[in-house]
Amino acid sequence: MSRISEAFKNNKVFIPFITGGDPDIETTRKILYALNEAGAGIIEIGIPFSDPIAEGPVIQEASQRALEAGTTTDSLFELVKEVRSDIKIPILFMTYANVVFKYGADKFADRCNECGIDGMIIPDIPYEEKAEFTDICKAHDISFISMIAPTSKDRVQMIAKEAEGFIYCVSSMGVTGVRSDFSNNLDEMIKSVREVTDVPVAIGFGISTPEQAAKMAALSDGAIVGSAIVRIIAEHGTNAPAAVKEYVTKMVQAIK
Amino acid sequence: MSVGRYGEFGGQYVPETLMNAIHELEEAYEHYSHDPDFIAELDKLNKEYAGRPSILYYAEKMTKDLGGAKIYLKREDLNHTGSHKINNVLGQVLLAKKMGKTRVIAETGAGQHGVATATAAALMGMECEIFMGREDTVRQALNVYRMELLGAKVHAVTTGTETLKDAVNEAMREWSKRVDDTLYVLGSVMGPHPFPMIVRDFQSVIGKEIKSQLMEKEGKLPDMVVACVGGGSNAMGSFYEFIPDESVKLVGCEAAGLGVDNPKNAATIANGSLGIFHGMKSLFCQNEYGQIAPVYSISAGLDYPGIGPEHANLHKTGRATYVPITDEEAVKAFEYLSRVEGIIPAIESAHAVAHVMKVAGSMSKDDIIVCTISGRGDKDVAAIARYRGVEIYE
Repeated sequence: MSRISEAFKNNKVFIPFITGGDPDIETTRKILYALNEAGAGIIEIGIPFSDPIAEGPVIQEASQRALEAGTTTDSLFELVKEVRSDIKIPILFMTYANVVFKYGADKFADRCNECGIDGMIIPDIPYEEKAEFTDICKAHDISFISMIAPTSKDRVQMIAKEAEGFIYCVSSMGVTGVRSDFSNNLDEMIKSVREVTDVPVAIGFGISTPEQAAKMAALSDGAIVGSAIVRIIAEHGTNAPAAVKEYVTKMVQAIK
Repeated sequence: MSVGRYGEFGGQYVPETLMNAIHELEEAYEHYSHDPDFIAELDKLNKEYAGRPSILYYAEKMTKDLGGAKIYLKREDLNHTGSHKINNVLGQVLLAKKMGKTRVIAETGAGQHGVATATAAALMGMECEIFMGREDTVRQALNVYRMELLGAKVHAVTTGTETLKDAVNEAMREWSKRVDDTLYVLGSVMGPHPFPMIVRDFQSVIGKEIKSQLMEKEGKLPDMVVACVGGGSNAMGSFYEFIPDESVKLVGCEAAGLGVDNPKNAATIANGSLGIFHGMKSLFCQNEYGQIAPVYSISAGLDYPGIGPEHANLHKTGRATYVPITDEEAVKAFEYLSRVEGIIPAIESAHAVAHVMKVAGSMSKDDIIVCTISGRGDKDVAAIARYRGVEIYE
């Protein structure tokens, strides 16, 4: 059983997202330990990209800070490799197609294996374009996480049938960022997924409060929170690890 | 599975949220592009509103002065709104209307596509919002006011390099927030399929007219067609009709800014490498980690780090040639055409004129070059004055 399936076994999973290298690699290292200690089920690390078209302002700014601090794909691979002996939960990379493509998808997957990355989330690779990445992921035993959105409609089952690891269910229209309104067809989407696969579903985009996380996790198998954490990091800078730990601990409690 | 490919280039690399929207567009285009009523309506708009066909003008003085090939200028600058952008926009906004959309959004660099979109939206009674890099809103302040005059809302984009690439990012983000009533009217032969195909088809009227007009005047095909390339819509529109005519050399002129060896350039073919960005696999200016490079050109319309996928393929197969033109060469051509022919070209189009100035003299007097003047230069006058040290503000 993969580490990702293990994480979802008999458990609602809290999945925090942070932008790797924001504000610097050393703080990211401490935040990874903080997330692990706070009870995160899976960690998503964003490899910063110059033009993140699926992100709202909070993660856009974090990406820019990380790039300005000199963060590279290689520095994040090294970081994960170093923390892997202590942190046993699944770690995913979230980034944009060009970052993986330019690095060389094969070489990227080799490095994932070497450093202990369990999967990747690439929002600008939809179902129609995934083959050139999924073939390589399969050969390396890495989960390529599929996304479904409120606009997916007749595409949900097609995507779900080929999904691996877990399905990332986008809670609402638009880009990432804290919000108060979510799509009203989440229930239906998840029911539709369940008809064709046992792969777990986690809901993300816009979640920030323990109440929202509890509600989303109740609808599905887990909740993904990015912008709310990245905002804490933006506020606290190198002092962020303690504040992140406190926040994530509350969120983990809320979904249990 | 993957569609909209030109060799290895193209595709549909967009977030899942937008997939059904681009499929809906694909289906609507497939339907209406074969619908005689739609074709007739668009034809009427092109003729009676945009002023098509545009003139194919024999530049006699320029021809004599350069002393070689006979030079014709395809005058897209004479279209309503002052550039070729109207060709695409009338098609896409009409399509949006047929699809039942009530709002259009668009990115713009120099402001020409924004102005054209705002114009078509005003004409067809659609709500319109334009995304423009903050730096470009300063460089092209007059166009911002023009768009507002036409009833559009202009958003100054303050992320990244604050230019065309960031305007595209923001327009894509906006579209993913609101797809039901909104069509993203993309301005160039770029982005995810079906945009490169739709924009090329609507712009191909340029090349079709060149062919028939030149046949009438000279009874033969041109030897060379020259156009400037940012994303590449006026070039694709000029080239497309001639792709099967192998005797016709196709030359795209890209913006080399301060020079291809200087970091301040936007010459994608000269300096770019294969990547995936803005919905397409194509060539992009980027670093070793795939971070998109902050490009530069004096021309806001060519200040883009990528190129349309069909151009990337024409380059790879060798069917078209792409040459870099520096700011200085473009400004000289801008001044030259103004003085010699009394035509002030857009600084974008001046990149194409600059190439003609380089090659015409060494070609035979029997050869014919057609150079597309994609837009008029009124919008650039103040910026060129400043480039020459004259402090004029609009």
